[in-house]
Amino acid sequence: MLLAEGLRHAYGAVQALDDVSFALQPGQTLAVFGPNGAGKTTLLKVLAGLIRPRAGRAHIEGGRRAVGWIGHQPQLYSQLTVGENLQFWAALYDVPKADFLRREDDLLLRLGLQAYEHKLVRELSRGLVQRVAIARALIHDPRVLLLDEPFTGLDRTAAEEFRQLLAEQAAEGRVTVLVTHNVEEGTELATDVAFMRAGRFVEVAPRAGRDAADIAEAYRRAVSGG
Amino acid sequence: MLRHAWLVARKDLLVEFRSRTAILSAVVFTILVLLVFNFGRDPTAVAAVDLAPSILWVTFTFAAMLALNRAFHLELENQALDGLLLAPVSRSSIYLGKLIANLAFVATVEAVGLPLFALFFNVRITPVLGPLVLVIALATIGFVAVGTLFSAMTGRTRFAELLLPVLLLPFMLPPLIWAVLATAALLAGRPLSEAGGWLRLLAAFDIVFVTLAFFLFPATVSE
Amino acid sequence: MKILKTGRWITVSGLALLAAVYVRALAFTPVERTQGMAQKIFYIHLPSAIWAEGAMIFVGVASIFFLFLKDARLDRFAEASAEVGLVFCTLVLTTGPIWGKPIWGTWWTWDARLTLTLLLFLMYVGYVLLRGAVTDPGLRARYAAVLGICGMSLVPFVHLSVYMFRTLHPQPIVIKPSAPSLPGEMLTTFLFSFVVFSILYVGFVTQRYALALLRERAEPHA
Repeated sequence: MLLAEGLRHAYGAVQALDDVSFALQPGQTLAVFGPNGAGKTTLLKVLAGLIRPRAGRAHIEGGRRAVGWIGHQPQLYSQLTVGENLQFWAALYDVPKADFLRREDDLLLRLGLQAYEHKLVRELSRGLVQRVAIARALIHDPRVLLLDEPFTGLDRTAAEEFRQLLAEQAAEGRVTVLVTHNVEEGTELATDVAFMRAGRFVEVAPRAGRDAADIAEAYRRAVSGG
Repeated sequence: MLRHAWLVARKDLLVEFRSRTAILSAVVFTILVLLVFNFGRDPTAVAAVDLAPSILWVTFTFAAMLALNRAFHLELENQALDGLLLAPVSRSSIYLGKLIANLAFVATVEAVGLPLFALFFNVRITPVLGPLVLVIALATIGFVAVGTLFSAMTGRTRFAELLLPVLLLPFMLPPLIWAVLATAALLAGRPLSEAGGWLRLLAAFDIVFVTLAFFLFPATVSE
Repeated sequence: MKILKTGRWITVSGLALLAAVYVRALAFTPVERTQGMAQKIFYIHLPSAIWAEGAMIFVGVASIFFLFLKDARLDRFAEASAEVGLVFCTLVLTTGPIWGKPIWGTWWTWDARLTLTLLLFLMYVGYVLLRGAVTDPGLRARYAAVLGICGMSLVPFVHLSVYMFRTLHPQPIVIKPSAPSLPGEMLTTFLFSFVVFSILYVGFVTQRYALALLRERAEPHA
């Protein structure tokens, strides 16, 4: 479903990715933890096809159409309304009108955005904008989700709702790669866990029933040079 | 693919229509220039017909530069370019969409400017309206096509607003010169065949550069 | 560094030969009837003009190949050719007025050929500025390639326009559809000079290429 083989990439002299390989099957959620500059965002960009790696290859079944992305930028047009944004992105992904309307209603409801459908994105708070970004990422029913710090700016209820959404997606067979600082939020959703440092996967293993505290400990050990 | 281009164009125009600042300033500038030049000249010394083509094209060029400056600015300020690149749309359709939006913008200003120009300068354009519109259309397509391509590149550089006009200048001058000459010939009532040579050059320029930009655009956004 | 040394040798020999050209031009070539001694500058002016445009074409061709092959050497060559082209273009724009002033009575006129040579100059300036404004080397190479291809494509339009104008500038007497109409002795001197300028082009580009290579090596690179 999602395959990464020997990915290598560098920015100038800095090695951002150093021989990263893994494969994910439907239903798996990989949580990638790592300090700043470890190459997590680069990894996602390479997986998404935004960056061509110096070496190695990444393959996602279904191509770009199958990918939903949440990055550091919301990728929304601040001068348009929430509804218009969703409509634009859905149309770009060739989502049929009926499906779009159904999904839009569903997502707006679940993310608590119904009241804001006709509001300009510019007028929304950071947390609300993040929710709209989530809606944008999911509007075309992607099989693969690439998420970079998606919980940023979300309050407790929104984060909880989002977590549930993701769990449902996984249950329906989606593949998710989740990059985050937040060990708690990441662990709960993950089926597999990877620690990343200086472009390498220092450790990648199934979660195997560990809880957030275990993961945090393992992470600390792995990343501090253990 | 055309459909995707149209989606991008529609989105751009929707945003532009919402704020309206750019198009209004372009129209106001046009009116301003026409008024100033009209009052500034001595009607007995300089015939309107001599000065007219240059003035007309100055205003149109400014409108084009305004359109081009905001074209990719929109994507950059919203940081939505990555989103567009992630979507299953071909890069070239993004270019096409931007081009259409820019052309619509400039065309609007020209549609307002041309009648005003005829009015203020007392120039008879109706007998040559067809060929004149053709000249305007061809020249506009020419420099907007190249400008849209370049604005994709300059957006991410240092001194972006300064660099775009500098890069664009050598590519704008030939179509501009040909357009001014053709306009002058038409307004002076010269036979159509005289303007014909310039029209052919403009058409050739458009075909070459739109095609070129279409194929080169992906190189400016991919990594 | 070997490339640099080769380049220097070529340039030096080119310059030596240029001196020879001028010996021939001044001592062994007849003086032009209407233009007098001022015409002698033609032996620098025209070959420079040809190479000013030629360099741009090389930039364009190298750029096309670069976009397909992604070979950094092509990008370095384009960079070198563009800067050398800029130098030659400047030479044309300076020798032109020097030639023109005694004959036309003016340093500059907005006729077709001059304007369009100025355009070529602006294109070169733009190219160099663009290269300077982009910090990331990969991006810089791609952007420059795009601009280079556009620049090269503009050149034929520029040429066509010149033919469509009847102007103050002498009509083409060498590069035109029929045979060159330059009298024998002058033609020989011109051809000699053209060869010399070609040598100079190669010499300059080689040196500039070497410089680009050295600069890249000096920067830390993965």
